[in-house]
Amino acid sequence: MQIYLPIAEVSVNAFLLLGLGGLVGVLSGMFGVGGGFLMTPLLFMIGIPPPVAVATEANQIVASSFSGVLAHLKRKTVDFRMGGVLMAGGLVGAALGVVIFNALKSIGQVDLLIRLSYVVFLGVIGSLMFVESLNAIRKSRAGRAAPKRHKHNWVHALPGKMRFRTSGLYISVIPPLIVGVFVGILSAIMGVGGGFVMVPAMIYLLGMPTKVVVGTSLFQIIFVTAFTTLLHATTNFTVDMALAVLLLIGGVIGAQIGARIGVYLKAEQLRILLAGMVMLVCGKLAFDLLVQPSELYSIGASAGGH
Amino acid sequence: MLRLILIFVLLALPAHSEEVVAGLSQNRVSITANFDGSEILIFGAVKREAPVPEGRLDVIITVEGPEQTVTVRRKERILGLWINKDAVDIVAAPSFYAVASSGDLAETVSLVADLENAISVHNAVGVVNLPPDVRDSASFSQALIRIRGEADLYQQLENAVEVTDDTLFQTRIALPSNLVEGDYATRIFLARGGEIIADYETGIDVRKVGLERFLFNLSRQRPLIYGLLSLAIAIAAGWGASAVFRLIRT
Repeated sequence: MQIYLPIAEVSVNAFLLLGLGGLVGVLSGMFGVGGGFLMTPLLFMIGIPPPVAVATEANQIVASSFSGVLAHLKRKTVDFRMGGVLMAGGLVGAALGVVIFNALKSIGQVDLLIRLSYVVFLGVIGSLMFVESLNAIRKSRAGRAAPKRHKHNWVHALPGKMRFRTSGLYISVIPPLIVGVFVGILSAIMGVGGGFVMVPAMIYLLGMPTKVVVGTSLFQIIFVTAFTTLLHATTNFTVDMALAVLLLIGGVIGAQIGARIGVYLKAEQLRILLAGMVMLVCGKLAFDLLVQPSELYSIGASAGGH
Repeated sequence: MLRLILIFVLLALPAHSEEVVAGLSQNRVSITANFDGSEILIFGAVKREAPVPEGRLDVIITVEGPEQTVTVRRKERILGLWINKDAVDIVAAPSFYAVASSGDLAETVSLVADLENAISVHNAVGVVNLPPDVRDSASFSQALIRIRGEADLYQQLENAVEVTDDTLFQTRIALPSNLVEGDYATRIFLARGGEIIADYETGIDVRKVGLERFLFNLSRQRPLIYGLLSLAIAIAAGWGASAVFRLIRT
């Protein structure tokens, strides 16, 4: 069944969109990532204009994150206090990111910057996580307990300490604020929720237990992507409601299924799966940059357009 | 003096020995939510006040969507990476263009007539804005025609107009599903020996209707409300799915 999207001005198969939404939703529920880093390139591939894909994807992430967070709320695996601190940083970061994005757009090459930052971030984070979780699995197979991540490092020497009861942490608010700002900038520039950066940062930098990481990440992603959606809707008019509805119907159902699958998997297994996926997307993007494309030319709206 | 003016007026009037009378199967295309392209039948007749002149009569029909300025970019290998380098703005590229002719286009109209009336796809794609450092501008407009041609947005349909008894003609133009809204200018040319002897112009109105119209207008006129509505739908869908799953599990 073809459906004409009013803002994107293209006609696509409605079931294809439902399916894509569902697939990405499952992954989002399992790993606590918004799924934007998968969905946005997929939308480009089926012919949605990039500005519309990026803006609409932000709206869809709101839905799948909200659905996912409800499942985590029931299991009490959301650290609201930490989420609030991250969110405060995230909103500032998103606003900064839009400013940076527009500045780069005037220079040209914003497309290349987005691709390169995808490759670099996905590559580094994916391989770090992959190696770390492989080691963890090997150690637990050998019968030894995985080492506790509560190490005392520079993070604990900073002022402004706060108690995060759900995470069992007593650390300064400065590192989570910085992480929030950083992820906010990334999410505005790359058109993603930023979960794939947020989740590892929470585990490795803040030392949060894996159990609360997913729920807390989803919690703050809701607010940052809602803010991004409003920015896109009011400045670029590129949020396509019909596209969003189809994606999110599939997405919210998928997220519920994913959250339940996640319960049955071990933390190490979850992380190694996420790492594998991140590296796969990274590899595809790197491949596109390195191999000669079959069509060297591309058509874009003029600089004065969208 | 009066006589002189009269002579000038008479001379200025073209000798309309043959005229086009034409119609369209529909002069309005409504883009609804399940819009999946449309086929338009364009038909007509040649009106004459004199006997049929000698020579072959050809009919050329064009349909042209609203013009846009597009930027065509070309990738180049720099430091091992394929990245966009040269870019050329094409100022008046039609969003859709179809040209149907009763014979081979190159034989039915002369090069000059084609250029003057911007008939072939190549001539209909507008002015190229050249940056000083790009020499091969032609390859950029060719790329535009190639890419849009693959998407059926540019169509050159030769031997596609049926002409009966040098008088009646008809053709069908398929509009693809990814149409842009606007007025689609439809032109009909009569040609003899490569020269245009008569032309006729009408329009097809392509408009979003119903829900499509409502959403589009809302997004442009009340963007904040549109954005908040999108968020409300997202939150409601997220909550709804969670509630439904809770029901299923209990």
